[in-house]
Amino acid sequence: MTAELVRGQNHPLPGTRLEIRVSAGTPVVAAATLGDAEGKVLGAEWVAHPGTPALSGLEVSRQATADHRIAVDLDALPDAAHRVDVLLALPTPDATRAGRRGPARFGAAAAPFVTVTDLSGAEIAHYTLTGLDAETAVIALELYRRQGAWKVRAIGQGYAGGLAELLTDRGLPEAPSLARVIHEAAARSPARQAPTPPRPSGSEGDRTRQAVTPVLGPDPAGTPPQGAGPGPEYEAEYGDPGAKPTLQGADPGQPAPAQPLPSPPPPPARSPSRPPEGGPVDYHHPRRRTTAPAPTQPPPPAASPTPPGRPARPVAGDANGWSMDERLYNQVWGMFEDLARSVAAYRSAVAFADSRLDKELDQVLSDPRARVGGQGDTARESARARHERLVARAQEVLDRDLAQLATEAEAVEAALPPAYARWDSPVWHGYRVPVEMPMALRLGDLRLPEAGHVPIPMLVRLPLERGLWIDSGHTESPGDPSADAHGPRSLALETAVAHTARLLAAHPAGGFTVHAVDAAGSGARTLARLVRAGVLAAPPAVGARGVADVLTRLTQRVDLVHMAVRGGAADSLPPGFDTSRQLLIVHDFPRGFDDRAVNQLRYLADEGPSYGVHLMMVADREDCAGYGPLLDPLWRGLLRLTPVADDHLADPWVGHAWTYEPALVTPGSQVLARVLDRVAAARRSVGR
Amino acid sequence: MTVNMTKGQAISLEKADGGSLTSVRMGLGWQAAPRRGLFGSRTREIDLDASAVLFADKQPVDVVFFQHLVSDDGSVRHTGDNLVGGVGQGDDEAILVDLERVPVHIDQIVFTVNSFTGQSFQEVQNAFCRLVDETNGQELARYTLAGGGAYTAQIMAKVHRSANGWTMTALGSPANGRTFQDLMPTILPVL
Repeated sequence: MTAELVRGQNHPLPGTRLEIRVSAGTPVVAAATLGDAEGKVLGAEWVAHPGTPALSGLEVSRQATADHRIAVDLDALPDAAHRVDVLLALPTPDATRAGRRGPARFGAAAAPFVTVTDLSGAEIAHYTLTGLDAETAVIALELYRRQGAWKVRAIGQGYAGGLAELLTDRGLPEAPSLARVIHEAAARSPARQAPTPPRPSGSEGDRTRQAVTPVLGPDPAGTPPQGAGPGPEYEAEYGDPGAKPTLQGADPGQPAPAQPLPSPPPPPARSPSRPPEGGPVDYHHPRRRTTAPAPTQPPPPAASPTPPGRPARPVAGDANGWSMDERLYNQVWGMFEDLARSVAAYRSAVAFADSRLDKELDQVLSDPRARVGGQGDTARESARARHERLVARAQEVLDRDLAQLATEAEAVEAALPPAYARWDSPVWHGYRVPVEMPMALRLGDLRLPEAGHVPIPMLVRLPLERGLWIDSGHTESPGDPSADAHGPRSLALETAVAHTARLLAAHPAGGFTVHAVDAAGSGARTLARLVRAGVLAAPPAVGARGVADVLTRLTQRVDLVHMAVRGGAADSLPPGFDTSRQLLIVHDFPRGFDDRAVNQLRYLADEGPSYGVHLMMVADREDCAGYGPLLDPLWRGLLRLTPVADDHLADPWVGHAWTYEPALVTPGSQVLARVLDRVAAARRSVGR
Repeated sequence: MTVNMTKGQAISLEKADGGSLTSVRMGLGWQAAPRRGLFGSRTREIDLDASAVLFADKQPVDVVFFQHLVSDDGSVRHTGDNLVGGVGQGDDEAILVDLERVPVHIDQIVFTVNSFTGQSFQEVQNAFCRLVDETNGQELARYTLAGGGAYTAQIMAKVHRSANGWTMTALGSPANGRTFQDLMPTILPVL
């Protein structure tokens, strides 16, 4: 059966001689690059394109056409090649012959459709590149070698900067000139003599068939039912201890970590009045809408059928949801729960093995017979052996679970949209300001010590339900050189800037306004990144006066919206009222705050989120010791995040302490600046 | 084929074809009390609760009941508390056990039923408890509780690891108690 790939999904290849058919509806240039084990293209001689159509094991067409057949012989590739990327690019305007002006971007063309077939023409996998917009070049597929076997993966990564940007991203130093060569060669080549026979039924036929015969795998049991019930954290809070008791003696024996994560995975409780936009679901890339309706409505991704007894191959988006956005969100939370529970099983088994060993060793000690001869030693030996066997079995089960989760995490990570992705993900290259707010935002990664190689993206719902507190007093990791180099305070502010950039990037143009107060100006250097990009409503407020002004304005805003909502008169807000969500970054608290300002801040923390005003405190609780317990409710109400890895977050099911790592930009990367530039440009275009 | 189990009877959960059961469900059903009062507000509701206790070498490790619906390791799941009962036919409460995911040190899982509202099984109509092979819906064993003695709880059955996979033993020990905790003294001797 032909596999219907979704972005990020992979599929094994049965043979090494393949044909990749492209059907684009408009002339496109097809090329393929060879990459080494790291995916780097080592030089122009590793690129098959219209100028150099044939490499060993790889052949592409000489010209831009709507239909391509790319021949691949994986066995004939150079040994150093570990992957083959299949690229499509729109011809540059000057290269397109007069009278045949093609679309200027993929968003204006029909979604390209690629099929991998074997030599007999039997289809192995399809992939429709939906959701492209301003891109003019795109990586359609990747064939890659994994443990000696070749697989195909659907990529769909577009580049607005065209082939030059795409090839640069692949590490090719001469990318711009090569891109020019490719386009010139495609334009120069003679008009097609139809060297490749037309497809028997045409691409439209394929698409129709594809739409009506979706490949649906069995729903794997990996996803737990939603709303299966509150976890222990919630029971502890909301249960009725007087009426019904809880288990004693079954305590995991671990002190409850400081802060439970706020939201368990949401039950699929979207209001029924909100059907999926436009009826069928565009699951490809939630916030990138094609101008033309996507020609196909591919089915929700599901694990493909696998031989019984083997876990299903994980696929990104393999969860319930109305949109890909929601599916990925639910999948991430599902992985989070699975990992929590797998590790709970392991820890419980090890704790039991330890306590049994202790008990048995005690028994040996207290048994007078054991003191004579070697009996005691034998008993001790066998107790230890029993302990080891049990721990080894628990470890085996854990390793199996972790291996599956790691594969799933990898598949999911590759498919995440910007708001969910790490800063070093390639999707940020294609970032553009979204039309609507995503469901959630990634604030970092969560890990357990037993599973350091399986990071769970920490996704929090948008709009933020409570404020964020970036703890600048956190210096618990003296061994961390980065903490020493920058000092926790500036690191905390760096983190705040990265989170702020993400929040800005997740909101539609002008939908999010950021204010900052920095009473003594001590954070000016870091905040300058936001100021320079032009994404702040005003320069950071300094001095007591500045602090009071900003707080008063935001407090009034909350009051106004509150009154309007309560009075049922949302349209009675003053004309020109800025309806965007507001974020207040507070640096160096409580400097510059008088009692009135502190009260206003607490009011904003409590009431703000319901009325579109959010708080991000960059603060050290020690600095506020003078206030005594007065501010405790403020800190408790905020989601505490740390600028360095720290294990203070608890999951809602078992209550493990998870190590949180903030989502930070790799030093030297320009991605933050580029994203902020796009946000600023979009803000200007809507007049803010 | 349904086995109407008798006390102390053990059945292997190994299937006829040699495969072992992977997922079982303990279902509990009972008929709601007849409505009393003008608005049914004075009905003496009957609330039976199903619980499962996970043991490692006779030590309770985890319990699944109406306040802890999923065992920490995720292998045992309660479908939710029913406070009033149903028509006395379908399962009103159920506990699902994914035997393949039960942690390695857990060697016994004991299922219990207790009357939270205090009616004895003599007073409850059409109460039953059954074990179902969740993979195909086949009923493996069924107990009738209704018309039982003047007690408010019962230790229903245990599934335990044996040389070839899991075995279920019907227990049917009567007990008294409001929740599974009251039953612990009765459970321990049957482990």
